[in-house]
Amino acid sequence: MKPRLMPAALAASLLAWVPAQGETVAPSDVEIVDLAVEASLTGAAGDAEKGRAWFLDRKLGNCLACHMNSDMADQPFHGEVGTPLDGVGDRWSAAELRAILVNSKEVFGPDTIMPAFYRDSGFHRVAEEFEGKTILTAEQVEDVIAYLLTLKE
Amino acid sequence: MRGTVAILGASALAIAGFAGFGIADEEAELVVEGETLVSRVAAPEWHPLDQLMSGWVFRSDETQALQLDDFENPGFAAITLAEEVWETAAGTSGKSCADCHGDAGEAMKGLRAQMPKWSETAGEPWTLEDWINWSRTEHQGAEAWKWESDEMLAMTAFIGLQSRGMPVNVQIDGPMEEWWERGKELYYTRVGQLDLACYHCHEGNYGNMIRADHLSQGQVNGFPVYRLKWGKLGSIHRRFKGCMENIRAVPYKRGSDEFTALELYVASRGMGLSVETPSVRN
Ligand code: HEC
Ligand code: HEC
Repeated sequence: MKPRLMPAALAASLLAWVPAQGETVAPSDVEIVDLAVEASLTGAAGDAEKGRAWFLDRKLGNCLACHMNSDMADQPFHGEVGTPLDGVGDRWSAAELRAILVNSKEVFGPDTIMPAFYRDSGFHRVAEEFEGKTILTAEQVEDVIAYLLTLKE
Repeated sequence: MRGTVAILGASALAIAGFAGFGIADEEAELVVEGETLVSRVAAPEWHPLDQLMSGWVFRSDETQALQLDDFENPGFAAITLAEEVWETAAGTSGKSCADCHGDAGEAMKGLRAQMPKWSETAGEPWTLEDWINWSRTEHQGAEAWKWESDEMLAMTAFIGLQSRGMPVNVQIDGPMEEWWERGKELYYTRVGQLDLACYHCHEGNYGNMIRADHLSQGQVNGFPVYRLKWGKLGSIHRRFKGCMENIRAVPYKRGSDEFTALELYVASRGMGLSVETPSVRN
């Protein structure tokens, strides 16, 4: 069993660079170490219910576009591009899921089709509206992680 | 499953609003007006894929059916318009297309299959739109049509129709090689906030659903296509633009060197597939 999300205070005592509670880590400051990001990006735990909404929202996570998810069986059209996410909370820890969401390329390799949800630079020809922005906010990333951890088999 | 298609015929338009949904019968044959078109073909040696498939293969049964019968095909309204324009005098020359070219069925046959085609005059490849506008301005003494205008869409569909059933066969060597390489580079370059390239969806994931869309190989042999979502015909470059916008990228301009190079490269990825113009997509 992978460890669940650590309380922020504990995480902070383990990792010197972690910001004080309530302070958000900027996209360029997130360090992915050993395929994981230990500390919460916001210093707080996410809200699984909100995370479920961001997962579904076509303008935010739009995760269902690529991933099948039985927890959303009431929704039509689950994608077939990515791995089905049933039981994903058993397979990965919060820290690993955080790394996958922040920048999937660091975990799956440079060729992955899965977008990086918490990166704001290094892209080409980004539409003006999204220039210099991340797809999800730090808070939304934490919410989605909390939601993914509820997907157990 | 296939048997339902013929019965659907008349009611297909009513269903069309939902036509994006439902998985197509991927074994279906594309027989239009009694002629079997090549919708699957072995890829040329250099190609990253083994088998090339028309976008038609991936459409739902209802959308597929609309293309089997020219009376059901909503793209044919534009053909009627173009037939008229072909015969109508325009510009300072006072001549019509027909005055110089005669019967479109003979004069324009095979052209679509070779597009984009090298222009000696310009020293660059020209798309069908470029050839048409060259003839309008240089020969007819008329104004160029806008890329996505009704007239241009109708004329490219009408000229394309004269090559229906012929295999896509674009030149990629000689002076075209440099353009083809540029197009290839664009095809494999990640763009936009979603940081994706054409190949991620159309080479690595064709056949997979991406939410409600059944991903095809992104072939251009059916263009201009009548897209139910657009409610009209649309050009190849409009489709490229849409795909780039979906990944939150700044698209290139219609008619730009970049899109011409990309069109050449994508067309070459469909070598051997039949021209289907005007095809129907959702
Ligand atoms: C454009 C497609 C795409 C989108 C959008 C996408 N993913 Fe993925 N995801 C993938 C692919 C493909 C993989 C498998 C790894 C690979 O092949 O690169 C994957 C893998 C994963 C994994 C690991 C699954 C496992 O069990 O191994 C998780 C977790 C995940 N994605 C979560 C998400 C979440 C959450 C979102 C939305 C915020 C999302 N993905 C959006 C394509 C996508
Ligand atoms: C995020 C996924 C994605 C990316 C990246 C993408 N497309 Fe598409 N494309 C689609 C979808 C979905 C459709 C509609 C269904 C289909 O035909 O595949 C489509 C359709 C097309 C079509 C119409 C095919 C037909 O038969 O009507 C063409 C051509 C095309 N894309 C070319 C491109 C090119 C060129 C690029 C790169 C600039 C590109 N696409 C990037 C998802 C994508």
